[in-house]
Amino acid sequence: MPFNIQKIRNDFPILKRKVNGYPLVYLDNAATSQKPQQVIDAIVDYYSNYNANIHRGVHTLSQEATDAYEAARKKIQTHFNAKEAYEIIFTAGTTHGINLVANGFSDILKKGDEIIVSAMEHHSNIVPWQMLCEKTGAILKVIPMNEEGILIFSEYEKLLSEKTKLVFVNHISNALGTINPIAKIIEKAHQVGAAVLIDGAQSCSHIKPDLQKLDVDFYVTSAHKMCGPTGVGILYMKEEWGNKLAPYQGGGEMIAEVTFEKTTYAGLPHKFEAGTPNICGGIAFGVAIDYLNAIGFEAIEKHENELLKYATEKLLEIEGLKIYGTGPDKTSVVSFNIEGIHPYDIGTIVDKLGIAVRTGHHCAQPIMDFYKIPGTVRASFAFYNTLEEVDALVNAVKKAKMMLS
Amino acid sequence: MTIEEIQEELIDEFSMFEDWMQRYEYMIDLGKSLPLINENLKNDDKLIKGCQSKVWLNSEMKDGKIIFTADSDAIITKGIIAVLVRVFSNQNPQAILDANTNFIDEIGLKEHLSPTRANGLVSMIKQMKMYALAYQTQLKN
Repeated sequence: MPFNIQKIRNDFPILKRKVNGYPLVYLDNAATSQKPQQVIDAIVDYYSNYNANIHRGVHTLSQEATDAYEAARKKIQTHFNAKEAYEIIFTAGTTHGINLVANGFSDILKKGDEIIVSAMEHHSNIVPWQMLCEKTGAILKVIPMNEEGILIFSEYEKLLSEKTKLVFVNHISNALGTINPIAKIIEKAHQVGAAVLIDGAQSCSHIKPDLQKLDVDFYVTSAHKMCGPTGVGILYMKEEWGNKLAPYQGGGEMIAEVTFEKTTYAGLPHKFEAGTPNICGGIAFGVAIDYLNAIGFEAIEKHENELLKYATEKLLEIEGLKIYGTGPDKTSVVSFNIEGIHPYDIGTIVDKLGIAVRTGHHCAQPIMDFYKIPGTVRASFAFYNTLEEVDALVNAVKKAKMMLS
Repeated sequence: MTIEEIQEELIDEFSMFEDWMQRYEYMIDLGKSLPLINENLKNDDKLIKGCQSKVWLNSEMKDGKIIFTADSDAIITKGIIAVLVRVFSNQNPQAILDANTNFIDEIGLKEHLSPTRANGLVSMIKQMKMYALAYQTQLKN
């Protein structure tokens, strides 16, 4: 299918909105993506036609809902190339998946064991491990990054030892857009027998990861970054880990047999899916994945790279503008500041002009501390953004600069 | 002038502006023009941390009135601080405690005082009222 930007934009009703009297220019895609009509329709269709609880009813609606939910799991398995559908665990989102794994490791880690995280993590990726370390006596080590916003690989290699039990890195930094070399990170961790958890929240809307090829142990992501609904995501877990880790939450659905003396847990994935899940969300996530694949990740990547290149060039023409995250492997995120101007002020003015960007520390304070800045303005592009929208951003930033300096 | 009178004056001033841009340019000028706080008072004790911008607030009691001085690292926030200081500074504690901030709505800057905006301004007003309460208690004793 040829990449037809106008046709794609027509799929997203929200893009026709006006904000503060201007056509909406939505450049906060790293925070969440907008939803195409196909996904919205799937949500309406579910609640209009076959809403029922899954996995336990023999009635027709329950069967239909179960089939649709499990078909979505299968779709997700195929998309990520997991070996088995039951290695895909539905979660409430990336943060939930991370906490599930952290909880599982609380039985495995001993005092003196080490966990490695990167210096460019989101707060949600730091706090669960700090909590886990407090609980188990394990030690948290941090892979440093350089001025360009690239992890220093040689430092990572130095941190690895037989004490390392888990390595946790985001696939793409939300604040900088840097794509981390996860294949190499995983390979090195495995050489010392450590497991690896990759946070794909920022990557899955841009890149289609091959989980078997990566040989990753755990991979988490959220549907809402991939044109799906909020409140649903997945945790991929290699089968061996799925059998090893203790369940996170107790409840219905996750048991095989319950007596007051003893409960036996259900097998994967149900062991980790206690309670009634976000059925509609899971189904709509499947539809979102179909939607993205129909456009094609190669086409998405090509278009987004074009936007990134154009935005980088145009923004750098503005005097005093500095971009953070300047490595060669980057996704379509431009994090920047203008000398002498606070990011909050720029964000406020460009919002008045209908442009949605993110300002602040992007829940990644350690990165801001590294650059000694209060925050940045972050424009993050999706495949439905246009070069004209980049122009609108650049003009708005110029106007803001004029007003503010 | 009473707090109400100053608020009326501000509403009048802001009604001259035809669009948001003029309003913001005025705010930015206010932010730039005022030496708001003594630099050595910009320490952690006086800091109100917002997620988006920082605010420093100092208070002193002079002849039964509270003098507020403040600053921010963001200029638009600073402009709003200038407005708030103009309204609340040099007033007696009870007047500050009784005052509301509805005028912010009328001068078209409501969005900046939303608690979800996290720029430190909502906490700043709260802090101003806390100071007023503390001074008032002190006066009574």
